[in-house]
Amino acid sequence: MKKLYGFLLFAALVLVLAACSSDSSGESDAEDSGDSEGSASGQVEIFSWWTGAGEEDGLLALIDLFEEKHPDIAVENAAVAGGAGTNAKAVLATRMQGNDPPSTFQVHGGEELNKSWVAADKMEPLNDLYEENEWMDKFPEELIDLVSNDGNIYSVPVNIHRGNVIFYNMKVFEENGIEVPTTFDEFFTAADKLQEAGITPLALGDKESWTATQIFENVLLGVLGPDDYNKLFAGEIGWDDERVVEAAEIFGKMLDYVNEDHASRNWQDSGQLVANGEVAMLNMGDWAKGYFANDLDLKTNKDFGYFAFPGTEGSFQIITDTFGLPKGVENVEDVEKFLTVLGSVEGQDAFNPLKGSIPARVDADPEKYDQYGKDTMEDFKNSRLVPSLAHGSAASEGFLTKANQAVNIFVTQRDVDNFIQALQNAAPEM
Amino acid sequence: MAKEVQLKSKKRITKDHWTAIAFLIPSFILILVFVYGFIGWTGYVSVSNYNSLIPDFSFAGLKNYIYLFNDFRFQADLRNTLFFTILFIGLVIVIGMGLAILIDQKLKGEAIFRNIFLFPMALSFIVTGVVWQWLLNPSTGFNQFLSVFGIQPKWYTDTNILAGFEWGSIEFGLPVAIIAVVIAAVWQMTGFSLAMYLAGLRGIPDELREAARMDGASEFQVYRKVVLPMLMPITMSVIIIMAHISLKIFDLIYAMTGSGANFVTDVPGVYMFETTFRGNYYANGAAIAIIMLLLVAVFIVPYLWNSRKGEQ
Repeated sequence: MKKLYGFLLFAALVLVLAACSSDSSGESDAEDSGDSEGSASGQVEIFSWWTGAGEEDGLLALIDLFEEKHPDIAVENAAVAGGAGTNAKAVLATRMQGNDPPSTFQVHGGEELNKSWVAADKMEPLNDLYEENEWMDKFPEELIDLVSNDGNIYSVPVNIHRGNVIFYNMKVFEENGIEVPTTFDEFFTAADKLQEAGITPLALGDKESWTATQIFENVLLGVLGPDDYNKLFAGEIGWDDERVVEAAEIFGKMLDYVNEDHASRNWQDSGQLVANGEVAMLNMGDWAKGYFANDLDLKTNKDFGYFAFPGTEGSFQIITDTFGLPKGVENVEDVEKFLTVLGSVEGQDAFNPLKGSIPARVDADPEKYDQYGKDTMEDFKNSRLVPSLAHGSAASEGFLTKANQAVNIFVTQRDVDNFIQALQNAAPEM
Repeated sequence: MAKEVQLKSKKRITKDHWTAIAFLIPSFILILVFVYGFIGWTGYVSVSNYNSLIPDFSFAGLKNYIYLFNDFRFQADLRNTLFFTILFIGLVIVIGMGLAILIDQKLKGEAIFRNIFLFPMALSFIVTGVVWQWLLNPSTGFNQFLSVFGIQPKWYTDTNILAGFEWGSIEFGLPVAIIAVVIAAVWQMTGFSLAMYLAGLRGIPDELREAARMDGASEFQVYRKVVLPMLMPITMSVIIIMAHISLKIFDLIYAMTGSGANFVTDVPGVYMFETTFRGNYYANGAAIAIIMLLLVAVFIVPYLWNSRKGEQ
């Protein structure tokens, strides 16, 4: 019996020692990275949710380019998969609040950055980096505004996606003699005509409700125009404005034309309906182009075409992925080196063709992009840029969560008054 | 008598005891900190103003709770949880017991049936959710087969509320969509109650049934008057275990249906996750967590109380 106690005590001792030693190794890790501050042999940890087909390729190409330029700095790809970034954001929130920030992390430009991490005083300004690299006139002004707060710039945009695009099945449009609609009236005329021919006009997959929120924000943009759209989110126009009510009504009318099983589909599933000709149109951010072209093997401008959401011609709903510098990172210089590569023409042209987005810089090489990319780069230069609500740029994530809930209820109930009331109640949190 | 016991136990605090205590202390401390400490912390956050990424622990009173109980989504969550729990537990008990009684008829190949019914339990709720999401998808799945008979249920996309009436800001009644989720959950968990009832049935001595039959009881009466009462403790255990699964359910819903149109399949767990990690409403999320804890406690505490009394 005594022997047994002795053994168990010994085992307990071993466990305690193991716990201590792992502690101390943690400390020495921190010391190591502390030593490397300013020196050349550091490590950069890049945190993102890019794990899907095209986006991961883009990220890896970017990392390859960086390692080529700075062979002395190791890169750790800390991507978290799943939930369109939700899982990653949950992990990020835990790390940031535990004062264990990654070297740099993916965040949408706009309020997702400003209202959360900047407001929580967790980000370093990057004004010097912008000046050093003469970036101030390489990115559009409205884009720099989106990643700035109180005159300080907080992140480097790497790519641009457009949210106010409708993709359509060209064969279906041709067979039914439908012209591309540019106004809401034309849209509804076309929708009626399609419905008479037995084709569902608009595809929706709102198992996650942001897809419906995306339609609503585009209607808002179409009704209000870019200036008043921005004023709405700046709080200068109320959510009870009659034009917002009108937008809600148009949004409701559009929902009369969607596929019946929308609640069981995600956006890819709804895209399939357009691909096989059951449904004519899909409003989706232009990552859908990559889905149509690469995953479903459709030909751009032959099988499927694209046009600006009715009434939003001349505006560009931007969704931009950006990377910033969190406070408390040890090897600041290494991270800045990475951000420099990320913001360079070379870096953006390595990443974007693979991801299927366009570069955030206006001086990138259009020849590296497909026809859709070239068209969009042209639009990007010549359009008004407005931030997307559904993707966290126009308002805080708190408001977005509540707006998504209101939209989810509205899609079923179609109660405009309730909807407007819910948005207005949430407005102080924008 | 009591004195004797005390004396005995005093005597027995010997080396044996101290070793036992020494081995219990580490896990005791870990549980104290990582379970009860964090429950306390969650309670603390739930009465604070911590509703953004900027920590704000100022006292908010019951503000977050009041907000939740006035919230359409949370009211819908409570309604869904209620009906899900009732249907889920009811069906698991009825089907589980029925199957157990059938299998208990000493039929051939009993082990095969037992295993077939038990297998779904080996899956995670995520797998069940994904599979049933396809099976009950209104445009694929079962409906392809049911179209032969001309019926096309909308399953979890149905937004109708059966026997609904206005209550608070929601329509109170049975959400049709929740039935689809119940089917998936019952499919997964029935094997468990089957196994428990089978064990219970095997524990009932044959003599009792024989005696009842000798007294002229019909087969139905044997089950009604002898077997069922003796299975009561099993039923209690099944209810407790199923209730805590259904009140805390998250993964099945998250993988299978999401919140659903008009929140017909939303549950507090999903709301908690989304409001905390998408909306950064930490205090609201913590309040939901505390409410869920209380709901489970409503079931568990009387049970623990009862079983403690039983032991004494």
